[in-house]
Amino acid sequence: MKSKMKIRDLNLWYGDFQGLKNINMDIYENQIIAFIGPSGSGKSTYIKTLNRMNDLVEDARVEGTIKLDGEDIYSSKTDVNVLRKRVGMVFQHPNPFRKSIYDNIAYGPRTHGITDKNKLDEIVENSLKSAAIWDEVKDYLNRSALSISGGQQQRICIARALAVEPEVLLMDEPTSALDPISTSKIEELVTSLKEEYTIAMVTHNMQQASRVSDRTAFFLSGELIETDDTIKIFTNPAKEDTENYISGRFG
Amino acid sequence: MIRLFKQKERVMNGIFFISAFMSIVSLVLIIVFMFTNGIPVMRKYGFSEFLFGTVWRPTASSPSFGLFPMILGSIYVTLGATMIGVPIGILTAIFMAEYCPNNLYKILKPGISLMASIPSIVYGFFALQLVVPIIRDYIGGNGYSMLTAMLLLAIMILPTVIELSESAIRAVPRSYYNGSIGLGATHERTIFSVMLPAASSGVLSSIVLGIGRAIGETMAVVLIAGNQPIIPDSLLSGVRTLTTNIVLEMSYAAGDHRQALIATGVILFVFILIINSIFIVIKNREDTSE
Repeated sequence: MKSKMKIRDLNLWYGDFQGLKNINMDIYENQIIAFIGPSGSGKSTYIKTLNRMNDLVEDARVEGTIKLDGEDIYSSKTDVNVLRKRVGMVFQHPNPFRKSIYDNIAYGPRTHGITDKNKLDEIVENSLKSAAIWDEVKDYLNRSALSISGGQQQRICIARALAVEPEVLLMDEPTSALDPISTSKIEELVTSLKEEYTIAMVTHNMQQASRVSDRTAFFLSGELIETDDTIKIFTNPAKEDTENYISGRFG
Repeated sequence: MIRLFKQKERVMNGIFFISAFMSIVSLVLIIVFMFTNGIPVMRKYGFSEFLFGTVWRPTASSPSFGLFPMILGSIYVTLGATMIGVPIGILTAIFMAEYCPNNLYKILKPGISLMASIPSIVYGFFALQLVVPIIRDYIGGNGYSMLTAMLLLAIMILPTVIELSESAIRAVPRSYYNGSIGLGATHERTIFSVMLPAASSGVLSSIVLGIGRAIGETMAVVLIAGNQPIIPDSLLSGVRTLTTNIVLEMSYAAGDHRQALIATGVILFVFILIINSIFIVIKNREDTSE
C-alpha cells in the first residue's frame, strides 16, 4: 500500500480553541478512509485541513505537516489552487452553482484553462458517467442544476469535482442531507470510484462507514483515538472509547 | 375572553386594511388627476405634436408644446448617468462584499447610506460649486451642460446601485463560494464567474432602480443643466429634462400651459411605469429561477 497523504503532528486552533490535537495519519492510495466520531469531534475540521479549506476561516491556525506525495501542502511554495485541484472536495449540502448542468461540470476545467469545446464536451460526459448520473441528465444538460433533486445535485457536485481530475477526493458527510435511496446510490458510486481515486470521507453514519470504507479513523474531542482496518474497528477496536462509540453508548 | 380577542383581531384587521387602502387610494388619485388634466391638452394639440414636436414655446401667442427635446434630454441624461454610475456602483458593491477589510467597511457602509439620504438640492449645490467650474475650465462651454448633469446623476444613483447590488451579492449562498474555491479557482475567478452571475437578477434590479432615480431627479439637475428647451447637439450643450421642465415653469403657468406641464408629468409617469414593469419582470424571474 502506497501512502498518498502523510499527516504528522497536526494541531489546529480556532483562536484560543484547539480543534485538532496532535493528529498522525496515513491515507493510502486507492483506498477509502472514513472519519467517524460524535459532533464536535473535529472530523470535519480535519478533512478541511487536507485541502486547506480552513484557510478561509479567519482565525484558524495550523501546525504540523501534511504531505501529499511527499510535498508539504502547508509550505509557502505550495500553490493552494493547484493543491485544491489535486485534492477535490464534495460538501455536506449539495452546492451546484446557479448555472446549467453542463456549465457546472465545465466550470472546473475552464478554470484550469481548457477552452476547446470538444474537449469540454468529453470531460463533461465522462465526469457525469463516472458520477453515475449521465443517463439521468444527458438530455437536460442545459437545464439549471438547481432544477434537479437533491440526490442528483450531489452527484452533479461529485461529477464537478471529478472533472478537474483530482487525485484525492474529500467528502464531508456527502449523504447527510439526502434520502436513503440517493444515499445508497452515492455509496455505490463512492465504492466504484476508489479504483481511480483516493477517498477520504466524513460520515455520521456508522453503517455507512462499515459498508463503504477500507479503513476507519475514530475522532473524539479533537483527538484521533485510533485508525485501523474498518473490519477491525467495528469488530474488535483497540480502544475503549471506540468500542463505546460504535456500540452506541455515546455520540 | 375569546370573544374579546376576536374583537381585537377584527379591529386590528380594520386598521391594517385602512392603512393599505390609503396608499392605493393616493396612487389612484394621482393617476386620475394626472390623466384627466394631462390628456385633454394633448388631444387638443395632437399627441404626435406633444411627443415629437421640437418646439417648446408655451407662452407665445400661438403656443407650441413640443416635448421632444425634453423627452430626449431625459433619456440622454439618464443613459449617460447609467453608463458612468452603474459600472462604478457594481464594482464598489463587489469590493464591499468580497474585498473590503473589516475596519474600512465600518466607515464605507454608513458613508454609502449617508449618500442615499443627502437631499438632492445639496447634490445640486455641490455640482454647481465644483463640477460646473471644472467642466467650464477644463473641458469647455459654460459648464451648464448635459455632461454635468450626467456626472451628477451618476453620483446620485451610486448609493442605490451599491446598496442593492451588495446585498444581492451577499445573498448568494456561501456554499457556492466554497464549491468554487474547492475546485482550485481563485478568489477573483470565483467572484466574477460564480458569485456575480448568481446575483445577476438582484444586480439588474439595482440598475433599474438607479435608472428610475436618475430619470425622476429634479432639483439637483435644474441647478446645473442649463435648461434650454432644445435638442442637445453635444455633451457640452445645455439640456432640459421632463422633470425640470415642470419645475421651471409651473409657478407662473396657466391655462393650456399649465395643462401641458401636467402632460409632461404624464409622459414621465409612463416612463416610470415602463421602468417599474421591467423591475417587476426581473424580480419575478428571480423568484421562479430557484
